[in-house]
Amino acid sequence: MSDIQKEPSMLLQKRLLADHFDALARAPEEGKKVVYTFVPGNLNELVRSFDLLPVLPEINALQSGMRKLSGGYIAEAEKHGHSEDVCTYVKCDIGMLRKGNIGPTGKRLPKPDLLLLSYTGCFTFMKWFELLREEYDCPVAMLHVPYQADGRIDPHQRDYVVQQLRSEVIPKLEQVSGKKFDEERLRSMLRLSAKAEDDLVWVLESARNVPSPIDAYFGGVYYIGPIFSAFRGTPEGIEYYATLRREIEERVAKREGPITPDGQLENERYRLVVEGPPNWTSFREFWHMFYEEDAVVVASTYTKVGGLYDTGFRHDPDHPLETLADYCLGCYTNLGLPARVALLERYIRDYKADGLLINSVKSCNSFSVGQLLMLRELEQRTGVPGAFIESDLVDPRYFSAANIKNRIESYLQMLDQKRQSKVAS
Amino acid sequence: MTATLTDLLQLARSLHDDLDLTQVSKWKAAKPGRKAVGHMPIYVPRELIHAAGMLPVGVVGGGDRLEIIRGDAYFQSYICRIPRSTIELALSGRLDVLDGMLFPSICDVIRNLSGMWRMLFPDRYVHYVDVPQNFDPAVGGQFWRRELETMRDDFARLSGHPVDDEDLRASIAVYNDNRAALRDLYRERSRRPWVFPLSEVYLLLRAGNVLPPEEHTQMLRAYLRQAPLDSSRREQDQSRVVLVGMFCEQPPHGLVVTLERAGCSAVDDDLLLGLRWLTRDVAVDGDPLSNLVDAYLTASASTASRYSPDGDRARWLLDSVKRNSAEGVVFCAPSFCDPALLDQPMLVAALDRAGIPHTEFKYAEDTGQFAVIREQAGTFSDSIRLWSTP
Ligand code: SF4
Ligand code: SF4
Repeated sequence: MSDIQKEPSMLLQKRLLADHFDALARAPEEGKKVVYTFVPGNLNELVRSFDLLPVLPEINALQSGMRKLSGGYIAEAEKHGHSEDVCTYVKCDIGMLRKGNIGPTGKRLPKPDLLLLSYTGCFTFMKWFELLREEYDCPVAMLHVPYQADGRIDPHQRDYVVQQLRSEVIPKLEQVSGKKFDEERLRSMLRLSAKAEDDLVWVLESARNVPSPIDAYFGGVYYIGPIFSAFRGTPEGIEYYATLRREIEERVAKREGPITPDGQLENERYRLVVEGPPNWTSFREFWHMFYEEDAVVVASTYTKVGGLYDTGFRHDPDHPLETLADYCLGCYTNLGLPARVALLERYIRDYKADGLLINSVKSCNSFSVGQLLMLRELEQRTGVPGAFIESDLVDPRYFSAANIKNRIESYLQMLDQKRQSKVAS
Repeated sequence: MTATLTDLLQLARSLHDDLDLTQVSKWKAAKPGRKAVGHMPIYVPRELIHAAGMLPVGVVGGGDRLEIIRGDAYFQSYICRIPRSTIELALSGRLDVLDGMLFPSICDVIRNLSGMWRMLFPDRYVHYVDVPQNFDPAVGGQFWRRELETMRDDFARLSGHPVDDEDLRASIAVYNDNRAALRDLYRERSRRPWVFPLSEVYLLLRAGNVLPPEEHTQMLRAYLRQAPLDSSRREQDQSRVVLVGMFCEQPPHGLVVTLERAGCSAVDDDLLLGLRWLTRDVAVDGDPLSNLVDAYLTASASTASRYSPDGDRARWLLDSVKRNSAEGVVFCAPSFCDPALLDQPMLVAALDRAGIPHTEFKYAEDTGQFAVIREQAGTFSDSIRLWSTP
């Protein structure tokens, strides 16, 4: 399909990613060292301050999903004894590895020199890197990030993370890179992070406008791409978010709706908040279901898995390790359920949403367990009706397009009826 | 008066079957003001609850005798059974006897269940027990100490009984006795599994969820004394296996019986690890919290939920196979159990490297049909015996 609409910032992002994967492909011959790590609680600035290159297996998995390769990779992993019941990101990654570890741009990914296991918001991460540890002969740095069960960070939790950074993570980064930790360099990168974070928050909050200039879920996953991955704390990251912000400012000024792959959404009819990750194998089809109905997602929680900035957090160069700890502790899935509900409630109100949709993915217990209760609670608290659909991240067997489409259509009809009866009364 | 073996086993069975926790109610009623604190499986410092004069109660879901009426409305079909039956127990009032509930960091399901509990029962004490995955005394050790201090203070408030070091030392000693009895049971069972069959051992372990530890220790000791006196227990031609994967959602008793009937004698297992997660005695002298911390850092059982910093996921399993002269390993994990099922390929690979036979199947706590498992376990057991015949 050649007539897919793209925003200029999207093209810029594509270039950034391509350059990064090129650099990764060249890493072995250029003698650059590579760190595999996860999106939530990633320590990009710290890793980059040692001139190490990050690889994020979740990004590879979702890209494999979008390129329709994940089904084959998952089958490969299951053939080698991985259970059908477990997270498909893990299996997609293992399958990709077994098939030669060819990354999203068609180039081979280098082997890790270090597995940086940031255990933030999800228990499966630990098992994932234990599995990878069996495949590679390289050290592992474990960063255990405690859970915000009470929805707040206790000082001893922060201390625990900082101590691990000092005693476990930094020494291993030094060992792998052969460089000494340079706190000044880290600070200067954190400064860049904060700047990009300001722009990202501005962009996400632009969805408070009616009509919303962005789709904060389907479009949102592109907007978070650079900052959740290899570009937080880099000049490229700054450039991307400045470009994106200008683009959205223009759209706000013209009162234009979001750009979707099928064209601009011109007539916003429904404003939705979405909880849960998207499905990647049928991402475009899924988005199209919303586009057809003139439904716009105005806020989503998935865009907070790699950092919750819109509640005020910014990387703070004056307290470099403490700020990294707070960042890790604050990622969305590291919050207790009551705090997640409170955040969604705020989104529904602040973004004047008509509805709440939960996309519950089979893979992810971290997201999914408790979502039915969350839905009920939010309906009660806000009076906004909710809908629940089920799919998966990258396992195409669990995306039933007809069922999901039906569910979305009937849900939106119900919202319509509700609206009409309100007008009538 | 000493109870007969039959009495003991009957008591254990009735405690296993008692979804209403009447044993706990009775214990509370015996003395005004008594309180009980429930906890999900594994990694909970029961000593602290005990030291506050409260009864620690292991909650392991509803098994195969609980009709799920409301629980299913809270969980998607692809989530294991234990959270839904536990919610069912709570919503049906069966856990009202518990004055608080602890959710240890076993997996994301139990973690999120702690939040659901807060939302559903805002007036009850709920605590998420965040167990460190860092084993450096100055880092993970300090964090765990802080967690223990928090719980000690919480339990003192909840019980109205301040917990001083003497109380805690006394409780550590009580649990050391219990751990020693459990270790003896496991050792004896490994020597003569036909005297201590899994179907009985399992019930005795389950009794430890609801009995005060002192009584549970007595029960174990009585069983250790009396089972060997039963002359009908004769050595059988069964294969010696280690069972892996049952550390959280518990198998129905029928499954355990099926394994036995299929010719598998368990010589080690990871059932109810919450009772046995510290593999040695905790030092009694000195600072009790430091002693508990040290025991966790240096002597906690390896499970799929605990990081292994040395990079050797399977060592404990290989050790167990060797120590217990096991002939094979049976992986039986709950369906949809991420920790157990993600762990399995690593353990399987290590067994393959070591040439140790294994078989795998899944269960749910309410599995009622055992024909397939029986067939599979039977074939496995036969094949092991065939191979091991000189
Ligand atoms: S369970 Fe969820 S958060 Fe964890 S690795 Fe899988 S998709 Fe990611
Ligand atoms: S059975 Fe497994 S997945 Fe389910 S709660 Fe227990 S450890 Fe978690």
